[in-house]
Amino acid sequence: MSSTRSQENRRQALAGWFFVSPALLGLIIFLVVPIVLALYVSFTNWDGLSNPLGGDVKWVGLHNYQQLLTHDGLTRTTFAGALRNNFWFVLFVVPAQTALALWLAVLVNNKFLKGRSFFRTAFYFPSITSSIAITLVFLFLFQGGGAVNGILNWFGIHGPNWLADSRGVIHVWLSGVGITKPPGWTQHTVMGQSLWDWFSGPSIAMMVIIFLVVWTTSGTFMLMFLAALQNVNEDLYEAGELDGAGSWQRFRYITLPSLRPTLLLVLTLGMIGTWQVFDQIYLTGNNPATRTPAYMSFDQSFQNNHFGVGSAIAFLLFALIMVLTLLQRRILPEEID
Amino acid sequence: MKSVRGKRIIAAAGIAAVLTTAAACGSSGPSKSSGSSAGGTGGATSGVTLQVLIGSSGDAETNAVVAAGNAWAAKTGNKVVVTPAKDLTQQLTQSLAGGTPPDIFYVDASKFQGLVKGNALADVGEKITDSTDMYPNLQKAFTQNGQYYCVPKDFSTLALEVNTDLWTKAGLTDADYPKTWDQLETVAKKLTGNGVTGLVMSDTLDRIGAFMRQAGGSVVSADGKTVTADSPQNLQALDYLQKLAKEGALKFPKQVDTGWGGEALGKGKAAMTIEGNWIVGSMSKDYPNVHYKVVPLPAGPAGNATLSFTNCWGVAQKSSHQAAAVDFIDYLTTVDQQMSFAKSFGVMPSRQAAKAQFTQQFPDQAAFVTGADNAFGPVGFPGFDAVQKDFDSKIQGLADGSSDPKSMLSSLQKNATDALSNN
Repeated sequence: MSSTRSQENRRQALAGWFFVSPALLGLIIFLVVPIVLALYVSFTNWDGLSNPLGGDVKWVGLHNYQQLLTHDGLTRTTFAGALRNNFWFVLFVVPAQTALALWLAVLVNNKFLKGRSFFRTAFYFPSITSSIAITLVFLFLFQGGGAVNGILNWFGIHGPNWLADSRGVIHVWLSGVGITKPPGWTQHTVMGQSLWDWFSGPSIAMMVIIFLVVWTTSGTFMLMFLAALQNVNEDLYEAGELDGAGSWQRFRYITLPSLRPTLLLVLTLGMIGTWQVFDQIYLTGNNPATRTPAYMSFDQSFQNNHFGVGSAIAFLLFALIMVLTLLQRRILPEEID
Repeated sequence: MKSVRGKRIIAAAGIAAVLTTAAACGSSGPSKSSGSSAGGTGGATSGVTLQVLIGSSGDAETNAVVAAGNAWAAKTGNKVVVTPAKDLTQQLTQSLAGGTPPDIFYVDASKFQGLVKGNALADVGEKITDSTDMYPNLQKAFTQNGQYYCVPKDFSTLALEVNTDLWTKAGLTDADYPKTWDQLETVAKKLTGNGVTGLVMSDTLDRIGAFMRQAGGSVVSADGKTVTADSPQNLQALDYLQKLAKEGALKFPKQVDTGWGGEALGKGKAAMTIEGNWIVGSMSKDYPNVHYKVVPLPAGPAGNATLSFTNCWGVAQKSSHQAAAVDFIDYLTTVDQQMSFAKSFGVMPSRQAAKAQFTQQFPDQAAFVTGADNAFGPVGFPGFDAVQKDFDSKIQGLADGSSDPKSMLSSLQKNATDALSNN
């Protein structure tokens, strides 16, 4: 009796595996194998001109990682610059896009708003448009003699040559208050970059991309917030109103806590996405003021034929995102005790 | 969950299919016009299909190569499929890594050494008829370990292009074309004003390097074994350019909202620019009404010097049609064919035998040809690309003083030495 049962179980398991096998196969071929291969390549000197598993490829151990992290050279300086750029990018984009998305969601969730579906579509539109196309438009708008500077001109403001301007905004601000020379203590270098350079803030060129990304991605996150908002129990608001809560208090003590899981999701997705930013950087050209690790990985691999270094960057980036995500979950638990 | 995953896979497969089709469309566009002609009684190498990957400067070049391919194919009974690459380096790398490289492809002088090191290039230079007739400095660019791997396709040199209308408007005459650095500074200052900048040139070592050579400096020694970037000669060149930039007489294309020197000259934002032969084609196509003249670069403290840029016809080591490939390249590098390329897309023949004919047919490009005698090729060792990009990114800072010539050169020295020792 029990043997037939276990046979039946086995047959069911077999059928189960059979049914998931196409999906599994796809995952293995397109995900697992490339990742393992990339990990292998990150420990070799593969130049991309031959078979990565062939005899010409030398195992170099941690050499590529050393070039990026410890060896005092151009690769490390470039990588540090890319990390710096991306760090400021994340720091500016994630809070801004989350706040904007939440605000838009609350606006279009308003029952008394006329043409709600129009606004929902309008705000979502940048998200579904090709990022390449939007970036191209921005390239034209933010030329030195482009439309943005034209408008600034009406107000007598002489705008910078946005995308060619590599000055960090914190440096610009400091020079505005009279600090133009880096103070002595900032000369200490970390990974080949002085502290002064680390704290430059995003470059003016990067500010354009920050603005662009906040605008394009907030639509997607607005949609997530909107879905969550519609799940908030109406009774809570009624109860709040009876207790004499104003609209701000209702938002602060009812809406925001109910949105907590969504907020966490948006922050996490936002952070992962922003650490991987590539298209916009690729289009604005190989500018050290906007270069990010993802772009550097591409550049090292396909332009310099250093696929080992390129893959190593990818894995360092993966580790960084992992650590930051876990950290974020620690700081912002999904449930409040 | 299963169905969601399944859908995702299907979607992924769908996307992959779309991408593949798109890629196929992309490559079928150009190859539609490319050669496929049968017939003809070929020799030993008939019935072969040659894949040719080119880094084309535009339709004119693509069509010219396709036409040459068709003519050769008709003569020999082979087939030639020409594919213009969108990004030659990337596409070539991908196909080499995949083990199925095109039979013939353009090889830029700066990428040559890397390809040799990767064992990707067949050594066919000397199999081409009269291959030693090519300009010696071009041959040298494609020689490694004493082996002459591939023959130069054509070449370009840098010269000074002057907008003649702005020139006369500033009260300058033919006698004023600058022969020295001082004269260049004088005329550049004179031409600057009213939204015009005296000299606009790209912020790259591929222009600045000419000034270094004119001062007697270089980035690497002649044998390519030592880095000589932080020399007083190079410093003199950078100091000179910084002076011009601070005076406002020299600007970089981005500062005047343009992509490169030719655009600045064409739009009347620059009175002078420094570009190579490629500027001729784009000026006549994009700015046919702008009058300009090409004159040699002024001499520096150490005399005349310019930079040359060249590609060779590389044959893949893995190609199974090497004999046919050599035969086709032989056809492509005859004097007649090189002259026809010169006419179609404005490059200079790499054969010295074609020099007289070229000068006679294109007298207004004489300055480019005279440059050939004192032209230096680019720095070509693997890994220098990244070093140069880093250097280039600092050039614009010369104008506002945020880049200091001395530290630019010392970091160039350090990074290049580092890259060279990794080889």
